[in-house]
Amino acid sequence: MPEPVLVELPPPGGKTPPARRPSAETLLRVEDVVKHFPIKRGILFKRQIGSVQAVEGVNLEVHRGETLGLVGETGCGKSTLARCITRLHPLTSGRVVFDGVDISRLSARQMRPYRRRLQMIFQDPYGSLNPRRRVGSIIGDPLAIHGVAESSERKRRVQELMETVGLNPEHYNRFPSEFSGGQRQRIGVARALALRPTLIVCDEPVSALDVSVQAQIINLLEDLQGEFGLTYVFIAHDLAVVEHVSDRVAVMYLGKVVELADTAELFGSPRHPYTAALLSASMVADPEKARSSHRVVLYGDVPSPINPPTGCRFHTRCPKAQSICSAEEPPLEMKPGDPPGHLTACHFPVQRGETLVGATPEFHQAAADFVATSQGTAAEGGG
Amino acid sequence: MSLAPFEITTGHPEETSLEAVESAQAIEGRSPFRLALARLRTDRMAMVALGMIVLMALLAILAPVVSILTGHNPYSPDLVNGTNAFGQPYGPGQAGFILGSDNVGRDVLVRIAYGARISLLVGVLATLIATIGGTVLGLVSGYFGGWIDALLARLMDTVLSFPYVLLAIVLASVFGSSLPLTIGVIAFFSWAAIGRIVRGQTLSQKEKEYVEAARSIGAGSFRIMFVDILPNLIAPVIVLGTLLVPVAIVFEATLDYLGVGVGPPTPTWGNMLADAQGSAGFGAWWFWIFPSIALLITTLGFNLLGDSVRDALDPRTERIFAMRRKATAAAVGPGGSAPADSEPLAGEPAPS
Amino acid sequence: MSLLSVRDLTVSFPTSDGVVRAVRGLSFDVEAGRTLGIVGETGSGKSVTALSLLGLNPGADISGSALFEGRDLIAMKPDEIRRIRGAEIAMIFQDPLSSLHPYYRVGWQITEAIRTHTRVSRAQAMRQAVELLRLVSIPQPERRVQAFPHELSGGMRQRAMIAMALALRPKLLIADEPTTALDATVQAQLMELLGGMQRELGMAMIVITHDLGLVATVADTVLVMYAGRGAESADYQTIFRSPHHPYTRGLLASIPGATGSGGRLVPIVGQPPSLIRIPSGCAFHPRCPFAMDACVREQPTPAPVRGGEGHWSACWLPPDAVGVGADADNARRRYVASRRGPAALRLRGVAAAAAGGILHA
Repeated sequence: MPEPVLVELPPPGGKTPPARRPSAETLLRVEDVVKHFPIKRGILFKRQIGSVQAVEGVNLEVHRGETLGLVGETGCGKSTLARCITRLHPLTSGRVVFDGVDISRLSARQMRPYRRRLQMIFQDPYGSLNPRRRVGSIIGDPLAIHGVAESSERKRRVQELMETVGLNPEHYNRFPSEFSGGQRQRIGVARALALRPTLIVCDEPVSALDVSVQAQIINLLEDLQGEFGLTYVFIAHDLAVVEHVSDRVAVMYLGKVVELADTAELFGSPRHPYTAALLSASMVADPEKARSSHRVVLYGDVPSPINPPTGCRFHTRCPKAQSICSAEEPPLEMKPGDPPGHLTACHFPVQRGETLVGATPEFHQAAADFVATSQGTAAEGGG
Repeated sequence: MSLAPFEITTGHPEETSLEAVESAQAIEGRSPFRLALARLRTDRMAMVALGMIVLMALLAILAPVVSILTGHNPYSPDLVNGTNAFGQPYGPGQAGFILGSDNVGRDVLVRIAYGARISLLVGVLATLIATIGGTVLGLVSGYFGGWIDALLARLMDTVLSFPYVLLAIVLASVFGSSLPLTIGVIAFFSWAAIGRIVRGQTLSQKEKEYVEAARSIGAGSFRIMFVDILPNLIAPVIVLGTLLVPVAIVFEATLDYLGVGVGPPTPTWGNMLADAQGSAGFGAWWFWIFPSIALLITTLGFNLLGDSVRDALDPRTERIFAMRRKATAAAVGPGGSAPADSEPLAGEPAPS
Repeated sequence: MSLLSVRDLTVSFPTSDGVVRAVRGLSFDVEAGRTLGIVGETGSGKSVTALSLLGLNPGADISGSALFEGRDLIAMKPDEIRRIRGAEIAMIFQDPLSSLHPYYRVGWQITEAIRTHTRVSRAQAMRQAVELLRLVSIPQPERRVQAFPHELSGGMRQRAMIAMALALRPKLLIADEPTTALDATVQAQLMELLGGMQRELGMAMIVITHDLGLVATVADTVLVMYAGRGAESADYQTIFRSPHHPYTRGLLASIPGATGSGGRLVPIVGQPPSLIRIPSGCAFHPRCPFAMDACVREQPTPAPVRGGEGHWSACWLPPDAVGVGADADNARRRYVASRRGPAALRLRGVAAAAAGGILHA
């Protein structure tokens, strides 16, 4: 008899039932993890001429049962960090301690038993499933690799998993191309669940899905967390999604964690100027909030991780930057007045009630100039 | 507005959720190979090519029968029955020789039949060995990279640029020409072509996310190579293998022609062409026309089949097959279009 | 009179699998200087609409009318449309790397656009190009004008594309998923820029997106599309506060943040239909919690909704059914039944008798 999917009737108010409480016990600890990708050049023998500093000294703790959200934009290193945690990339330096065991330097063979408890869900529902393998075989792969069950028992367990994630177990023999995006993501979830892991790193699991399907997968992940007592590291660039699913959130910029706090605390009182800018930039599906909130528009683009700025990496775009910011890197620490657990890496954190000033009104001058120029040109060009 | 969520199951035991209901609309899991086979069946050129190959294969298998039926032996010269009063060979249709006799009185048809055995055996076997070897080495080279790749890739390049005929001549003169040597030489020079393609494909597949996913669940390198990556390579390998057979056959004929392949008295098409060259003075066109035609039919058959197989395995030619299906109104089956929201969200990569 | 008036636009593509009816009778208006946001998911037909307006869908069967300042875009010959494209109606696309020519310098591409439509010297056009780049906040525009597209970052490329689009001060700008490929902070820059340009130039905009947040931020009027037809249209406040069409409501309920944080998300059951096999009647009926027999039989025509000026909805529900609570039970029942015929329902873990009373919240 397959285990029933979690069925929770919400109390009449329609609020989320608190089915789980994250504990304070640390399940995963990331200590000073650094990951550089060397850039090589040369014909026969490649020399290293530089490196992409994807992750530069990240310290994090993930508590058992919680969902830690990880946000940041392109080049912040969150995906790289995810792959360092799951040992898909070897670390350049630093440690990853999983349930008390340092897994950073283990060989592939030694790592195997830990892979059963540390799994990953990928972003691309089209690319993360082998198009030439049947779904049952894909989901049963972890069971086969770890020798957990023989073929008929494996099939039974795979079908059980398919039911758990909301797929029809009869479709065991189908190919991924016969499923929709949302269903493929469910297949990925089933695969990750196969060995009853403790921690699942979700790398943008809903970004590639249609809006109405995203909610299905988010609900599924939440239900599974309650039922199986999972811990999630949830990576996303959509702040609304992160706010919805996470207990705590870490904000990354150019390979470093710039702020870390409980969700409500971070979204309510961001202290790092980048967090404030990011939050104000995100477009909420609420016209009142979207139009009334003061939008901090940052100037310029994210610098390249090959040549990151000195000192605080955000100083080139920061509205509050001063000379010390380019010289000295601020430590990630608790700022006075903040609740414990709220860490910020900034010399001049945003004070409560302070409004940041964003991009300048020079733009409007340029616009006026342009109008004048093109009117003049139209007159002489006779367009 | 609030919608309360919970799971509903329907009375049908196989439906346990709504997703299940939707997928029921999609067709049963058809392996890409079954689909390809179905497509091949609609391809007239493929059927013709297959026919040519089957014809030659039958000829090869039934060679002894041909020998018995005509009463002629392929090996021993027979100047009494095989040549006319002036010592000249018979032309086609004369004195019971359907395709004529050669300069020492042997039946050309029977020799061609036995020659088919050699050509097909060597061609197919050598290609098989080359394909397996090339695939394995290409996979290893592409997947592991580093010095293994550097070594194997350079080896492949070297083999491909080697003057193989010269080496074959040298080897034959050292070890004596024989069937195993011929197969070995051909296989040795063919594996690199496959190896290179496989290596290239492996390099690109290695970067795909499903390989990363496989690593994340603890799969070892060999499992990833052979269980995950290999199925994605099989299509080009099959195509290339099919197209490599005629190359091997011609290669074999060349070696025979030069006298360093399979030696006399075994009849091979190459030998027969070599003999024909020496006997040109007789004006006996049937010495070289018939072996040439046999070679042509065989190589053409494999080449055409290879082209058709490539079309059948390539998902992008689906449109042509769909039109063909409609044209012949043959119920080959739906093309297996995926359900609605498998269209990529704008900006995301299209499903491959 | 509206700047752009589209009536009964229908676009179909013949394919080997059948006819793809991408757009089926769409009508909307765009006022000068205002922004229309077209919202839809995969298969809604929103991008096809935009491309068809500009004659960029050569293989398609297009019918209906699109009156731009009184002239019908659909009926125009290719030469006429080409004169309008760029000069009066401009379009920017989602991925600037694939819509900017990779082999030509950015400045050259902009000057070409300018000189195709106006008679100015190359030097003058280049001056304008530099000013345009400055306008879109690209630093050091004199240098960047010589750059190739791949030498610019994603955000800058998008801005360069906007510069090219705005070079001739078009009256209407169509932006197809302009922010999808961009980071949040870059998105904010971009929308700030477009908003500013709109104010300065008095330009109308059509923003096509699946991002309801973007629409909430920039649109004056919103059109929600589903399966090739307009489902609902209203001004931006009404569409978020008092939506009428069940699809709009379903979308809003499924987005984190739209219903107030913390509540469990309520996804719309099922998935959008294939445009080859569109359900009968109202295309949304298999997924709709309120579906009635009429919905299966007959396609609803857009009807005005009470209480909203310019608010219409293509739904058989009565016009004052705004804000009525929905019934999930009914939703799933209908969806399942539409796929497999009537089936007995079994509620897991809950007595069937009790089920009727629950969930009308």
